[in-house]
Amino acid sequence: MPDKDKPLLEVKELKKYYPLTAGITSRHIGDIKAVDGVSFSVGEGESLGLVGESGCGKSTLGKTILRLEEPTGGKIIYKGTDITTLDKKALRQLRKEIQIIFQDPEASLDPRMTIGQSICEPLVIHNIGDDREREEMLVWLLEKVGLEPNQASLYPHELSGGQKQRVGIARALALNPKLIVADEPVSALDVSIQAQILNLMLDIQNQMGLSYLFIAHDLSVIKYVARRIAVMYLGKIVELAEREALFGNPLHPYTEALLSSVPTLIPGARKRVLLIGEVPSPLNPPPGCRFHPRCPHVMPACRQEEPALIEVSQGHSVACHLHRS
Amino acid sequence: MQSYSRNNIILRVNDLKTYFFTRRGVVKAVDGVSFELRQGECLCLVGESGCGKSVTALSILRLFDSPPGRIVGGTVVYNSTDLASCPDQELRKVRGKEIALILQEAQSALNPVLTIGDQIIEQMKIHLPLSTDEARFKAINLLREMGIPSAEDVLNYYPHQLSGGMKQRVLVTMSLCCDPKILIADEPTTAVDVTIKAQVLDMFHQLKTKRQMSLIFITHDLAVVAEIGDRAVVMYGGRDVETAPVSEIISAPAHPYTAGLLECLPDLSREMSRLNSIPGMPPDPSKMPPGCTFHPRCPKMIDICRTQEPPLAEISKEHKVRCHLYA
Repeated sequence: MPDKDKPLLEVKELKKYYPLTAGITSRHIGDIKAVDGVSFSVGEGESLGLVGESGCGKSTLGKTILRLEEPTGGKIIYKGTDITTLDKKALRQLRKEIQIIFQDPEASLDPRMTIGQSICEPLVIHNIGDDREREEMLVWLLEKVGLEPNQASLYPHELSGGQKQRVGIARALALNPKLIVADEPVSALDVSIQAQILNLMLDIQNQMGLSYLFIAHDLSVIKYVARRIAVMYLGKIVELAEREALFGNPLHPYTEALLSSVPTLIPGARKRVLLIGEVPSPLNPPPGCRFHPRCPHVMPACRQEEPALIEVSQGHSVACHLHRS
Repeated sequence: MQSYSRNNIILRVNDLKTYFFTRRGVVKAVDGVSFELRQGECLCLVGESGCGKSVTALSILRLFDSPPGRIVGGTVVYNSTDLASCPDQELRKVRGKEIALILQEAQSALNPVLTIGDQIIEQMKIHLPLSTDEARFKAINLLREMGIPSAEDVLNYYPHQLSGGMKQRVLVTMSLCCDPKILIADEPTTAVDVTIKAQVLDMFHQLKTKRQMSLIFITHDLAVVAEIGDRAVVMYGGRDVETAPVSEIISAPAHPYTAGLLECLPDLSREMSRLNSIPGMPPDPSKMPPGCTFHPRCPKMIDICRTQEPPLAEISKEHKVRCHLYA
């Protein structure tokens, strides 16, 4: 039985900086702080949504958790073990448990491999089963994601976008993982296909008891798939809450603006907070609260002091000076 | 209350057919689309990829590659001229001057080696009797109106120096600089972030209310349609399947495709435990199914749908649908 209280994954003060260099001596002139001190946890069988605009660091965070990017600081704890410093061999074992689904199904499949080969590749790498068992596994996986067994011999270019994303999901499921990081899995798909893939991912979660870290820029999608949601802005989590609390009672002015910006079928349901300007560069984030240059409620303290993420009510945390207890 | 007048039709597209004659066969990208644009309204063309909405827009100004593309039937009547068949010379006077088009992907619609100023002014000098200085002055004013800070500096920038939202504003400025009567915008909110999307929608809303522009707004997002549109044309498989005021499209969709599309849309203003999805996928425009192009995915399919193209049925004067269920 999945236990939602025991965290499967814990991320503590995770940082990922990309150094910026100049000149022929590669002088270090600064850092792009893509992820700058992020903490959260994902329970077993839970789906945590990570939402933010482009450049907020949500994809980098997803990749850093899989150690596809090396963290600059902080800790990633999976099932009680610190995986931040694992060596290559141990890391390979870890990837049986944590898998990723990428945004662009076009680019994440090898065009020269049949989809059967692509789906079975993880099994081959990890030496699981013999040819016959892999064949059985392949048929089972294809069925699971709603593809026909005879489609295994097709090449990616013969499939539609939605079918390719199904292949991406099948490949992620091949090793029976515990946690799947889904990085914008539906943003490249048409609406009618998007609904198919979202339903598929939810069904698979129910059947297999997986945890998802679901990364998306689309709040409507996040609301549909995630129970708990973290909102990111410029490398930081600004608000973290259960779905109902976040959508019913958003506390951070950024969350509020974000929610009000989403076009809805019944316009005017929410009063629109139109943000001025654009997201500043993560190379040189504003001092104090990173949102203060665009915030409609800015106060003097916001310009100087960076607000910490504080739990203001059960399970609802916010990083904003307006909500200091 | 509707802000546009019912009778003042400024553009009429009638049974438009644009085919692409490729080596692999005929792609019927647009296969019989009709609608009218009324003075001061925002008409949305909505549909999924491959439904023909962009080609419809390009066909109005004949801006698709030809060959392989060709308008094989229908008319596009503007000011009693048929743009689908008039000589190129005449069409050139309409492009940009009377009817302006904002292309999808702000990034690739701008020339990377020319400054923003050069690109805006070039167009004005072709269509309007203005000197460079006068054109420059007008460009600055327009950029300001579009909410671009330090407009004088922006004129000297190259496209790569601007963010996505800014590029979108520049494109809109560029399309407005000859005071066109009609503005066609192809997915202007698609590649931008949510907060910027809200800004862009707000800007189009201003165009409609302050300048009384007639807009054709192309999008795949029904929520965007609900925000900005007065009337909408839902497209599927190269045809217009439903045309109605936006409020009716959202609250009382008639075509099974429109209804399905609404049900599979996750939306913040509705509570839902499970999305409905439309089985299958949109058809390949080079292999359109016979009869109604939606029949292989339609939950209400009847025998006749497989063989016969559905006629346009009138539910009310303002609400038309192409479906056998209503014929």
